[in-house]
Amino acid sequence: MSIADWFSARERRRYVRAGDVSVPADVADGVWVKCDGCGKTLYEGELVEQLRVCRHCGHHLAMTAPQRIESLADEGSFEETEKGLTPVDPLSFAAAKPYTESLASAREKSGLEEAVVTGRARIGGIPVMLAVMDFRFIGASMGSVVGEKIARLFEQATAARLPVIIVTASGGARMQEGMFSLMQMAKTAAAAKRHSDAGLAYVSVLTNPTYGGVTASFAVLADVLIAEPGAMIGFAGPRLVEQTIRQKLPKGFQTAEFMLEHGMVDEVVPRAELREHLVTLLGYLRARQDRAS
Amino acid sequence: MARRHIMEFERPLVELESKLAELRRLDLTGDPQLLLEVSALAEEIERLRRETYEHLDPWARVQISRHPERPKTDDYVTALFTDVIEIHGDRAYGDDEAIFAGFGTYGTRKLVILGHRKGTDTKSNVRRNFGSPHPEGYRKAMRAMRLADKFGLPIVTFLDTAGAYPGIEAEERGQALAIAESLALLSGVRVPVVVFGIGEGGSGGALAIGFGDRLIMLENAYYSVISPEMCSNILYKDPGQAKTAAECLKMTADELVAIGIADEVVREPLGGAHRDPAPVFEAVGAALARALDELVSQEGHELVERRYARLREIGEYGS
Repeated sequence: MSIADWFSARERRRYVRAGDVSVPADVADGVWVKCDGCGKTLYEGELVEQLRVCRHCGHHLAMTAPQRIESLADEGSFEETEKGLTPVDPLSFAAAKPYTESLASAREKSGLEEAVVTGRARIGGIPVMLAVMDFRFIGASMGSVVGEKIARLFEQATAARLPVIIVTASGGARMQEGMFSLMQMAKTAAAAKRHSDAGLAYVSVLTNPTYGGVTASFAVLADVLIAEPGAMIGFAGPRLVEQTIRQKLPKGFQTAEFMLEHGMVDEVVPRAELREHLVTLLGYLRARQDRAS
Repeated sequence: MARRHIMEFERPLVELESKLAELRRLDLTGDPQLLLEVSALAEEIERLRRETYEHLDPWARVQISRHPERPKTDDYVTALFTDVIEIHGDRAYGDDEAIFAGFGTYGTRKLVILGHRKGTDTKSNVRRNFGSPHPEGYRKAMRAMRLADKFGLPIVTFLDTAGAYPGIEAEERGQALAIAESLALLSGVRVPVVVFGIGEGGSGGALAIGFGDRLIMLENAYYSVISPEMCSNILYKDPGQAKTAAECLKMTADELVAIGIADEVVREPLGGAHRDPAPVFEAVGAALARALDELVSQEGHELVERRYARLREIGEYGS
């Protein structure tokens, strides 16, 4: 790709300012990164143009929440909701590293207030409620704020009769919030159920990695489950499984392709096709609403 | 006395007790000095016994919650209910013995009973996978929840699991999906749901049948997002700091009431429920009856709305 091509590609890109979601500090243009798939060095600026998919091996690298929102939402359509919800330290958790310190460094690293960004958006003209998790924020673990934002997302979508799209990534529950964290699983699952009972569509996009309490609650309760190529998805992490059974894990265990083979997700969709795919899919899931209007 | 399972925190006490027993076997009549020492030791032991059991730290309670002789779901089912009919299987894969599901009557109240099921010996523990369910276990529990909803039977559940099983087959058969679906279903059943934490409340595997309209914890039961050992492993790269982790996680019955997660604590005899289970069964029965009295008069949709409101309130954040 020539420099001229690169600039024209940049112009063609639907460039959305994701509300006032700030651009994370560690992914400024001009940084060279190493592909986790093939190990080749990639130019961050170019990589972002390619939705952070490696041009050598097709490996899907992690996207930040702002990058993901930009890649999915129609230009200028994203309005962030519940930005004001901020984490606290309900248990005064201070083992090893105090929770407040973990929060502060996560904030600094990601430029986000929490591990999920939620909001209203349009995708291909279709109004949706959209949530995107960001693994840089304490492994996108689910604590009170993540649970509350997801529950409110479903409630607002139910009230406005909108579909929900959630792009997940998570290491699981936020252990520093103890049982407050665990109960978010029940809270988000209940909120998802009420949205579903109202006849509304929910599509989740499982990205690398999605584990633990997030997988075992709202993430898999969608009408259609899409996984990104190569994404690791599961309940228990591979190391724990290996320790428990004391055997080597089968090749490809817990990858998106493995989950597809075992009937646990509906489809594996490459990132470059995701947006158009969601538009087509929502067309089916909104058929009754479209007929009524 | 049969040799009982000794927990780490009571080891100093047990060692002194056996020392005393040895001394008492000796003929000390000619040695008044030694006799004095023996009675001092006896006093010391009594003091240590009170100190050990009256102020249990969270890690000691975790050990009690896992005590092999601790009353288990089966014991509660036998002690509390009549006309028990167990149901089996998920109609898709198999029957998971790590989950008990069935019908039972408490007094005159007809109920659906659910519980994690640990074994009593190696053989039964292998069959029951030490109380760690596979997806088919949760799917059996969901069948029971649907029956309860369909026929208007309140649900009582007994939590006692280290967690859902983290194995290859469990993953292949959709452990996460089974738990998630169970959470969604339980949130919407139009009958009262009363939950008892009787032993271990290990994370999502407990939660799948572990929330409802009341959460009642036995004094030495725990309920936690992660086991203290795993938490310690993550924080310190060493499972040996489990005691510290257990303190940080606020996972004991009294702490859970204090932070508003649990509603009530059922007290246990000094040293734990295994020392004298009968009064514990009685207290659990009484707590169940009280909870049902408060709940059965509510309409199904009212129960569901209140349950959702309860869940919605859980979480601490700034805004």
